[in-house]
Amino acid sequence: MSELYTYAVARIRALEVALFSNATIDQLIACSDYEQCLQFLSEKGWGDSDTPLEAEAMLGREEEKIWEVVKDLHVEMDKFDVLSYPKLFHNLKAAIKEVCTEEKNRHIFYDDVSIPGDVMLEIVREKEFGKLPANMQNAAAEAYEALLHTRDGQLCDVIIDRAALDAVYAAGKEAKDPIIRDYAESTVAVADIKIAVRSQKTAKSLDFMTRAMADCDTVSVTALAKAALNGMDSIREYLMGTAYAEGAEALAESPSAFERWCDNRIIQTITPQKYNAFTIGPVIAYVIARQNEIKTVRIILSGKLNDLPEDSIRERVREMYV
Amino acid sequence: MDASIWSNLGLVYALLGAAVAVFLAGAGSAIGVGIAGQAASGVVSEDPSKFAKVLIMQLLPGTQGIYGLLVGFITLSKVGLLGGGAAALDPQTGLLVLAACLPIGIVGLISGKYQGMTSAASIGIVAKKPDQFGKAMLFPAMVETYAILALLISILAVNAVQI
Repeated sequence: MSELYTYAVARIRALEVALFSNATIDQLIACSDYEQCLQFLSEKGWGDSDTPLEAEAMLGREEEKIWEVVKDLHVEMDKFDVLSYPKLFHNLKAAIKEVCTEEKNRHIFYDDVSIPGDVMLEIVREKEFGKLPANMQNAAAEAYEALLHTRDGQLCDVIIDRAALDAVYAAGKEAKDPIIRDYAESTVAVADIKIAVRSQKTAKSLDFMTRAMADCDTVSVTALAKAALNGMDSIREYLMGTAYAEGAEALAESPSAFERWCDNRIIQTITPQKYNAFTIGPVIAYVIARQNEIKTVRIILSGKLNDLPEDSIRERVREMYV
Repeated sequence: MDASIWSNLGLVYALLGAAVAVFLAGAGSAIGVGIAGQAASGVVSEDPSKFAKVLIMQLLPGTQGIYGLLVGFITLSKVGLLGGGAAALDPQTGLLVLAACLPIGIVGLISGKYQGMTSAASIGIVAKKPDQFGKAMLFPAMVETYAILALLISILAVNAVQI
């Protein structure tokens, strides 16, 4: 029923008031130093009363708050698969690396996903890949064997990242809600473009690119990879003929402008949800908007900590949802 | 018993008309108020200070039920069931009364549901921009227009039937 999410959407509308607007982000950038930024965030309600005035503690708490709100709305959590897959596959990647290299980096796992770090480690250690979701099993076995036999960490990353993109795309295709389909399509296409750009800069082969890129509807993997082989201008030329022409302009401007465009493109995809009253769309858009907000605040704090000039920080700041 | 029903068929039709007006319009209001209530609860759970504003929004789809009740009263009064001494209606007159009750019943059901959905959407406006409460209230009020038109026709039609 279309009224199924009436309560959730209304509650999200009330929460959207607290989202940072572009003006609030400008105020944060205008803070004189790192400590003042943290104080500003604290005054805006970031963290809890017992959260220390430290960036990671505050940002971590805000990330937790997102999922606390979502759980409180009592909506089906499988709707958020497209958002949780990157974290889930990250856990798999981290677990394989930890088991194969025997390095202990316990703090690198995400715990707010269906398979937290401890469980993932146990599965990988025992090579019980059948316990993983179907879309992870093959990639897990392949990446494990690849890292064990070749010690090539990048190959392991490529296998798992590709599987993550395929999982996001498949979840989008299966979804009935347009926002999930659009988000999955944009995410995979933008990731493919990023891979092409980075591969061009590091002179990767066509095989590498086609292995790393995931198929999607709005970008041709073969054409993009071939364009990347011919240089940055070819990538721009190819993008001009797709729905991602703005990305070509950003690419011409600077690498940070391109990274900024990648995130802004996702925000543009979810923006129509501001005017939707009855579907899961605004809830998913809120989660993405909050994650984008946290990412932007992290960029600003990092800039302040390293004494970057305001203009330089501003160039990296993402567009806000509200 | 059977003979009694057939001899009072006109009255049965008229009573059915009153029941349709009350039942359908009331159901429309219940659905509408329920939808708007869910949205109102969502907003109040995060911001209790908006309780009064969202309560008004929630109540807007409640009017269809009142309109149905009004037509029901008029109908019962017209056929004499409220004042004692029910009129002896032929089936044709009974059907006329039933037909007269249909506009508010059907329009009340549909407009109640859609007014509830519009109220829920307007509650979203109040949640984000409480200063726009007046404008937000106009959207569900527009749906009310058609319930009022149906009420008007039902009242005129019930009164126009010669008993």
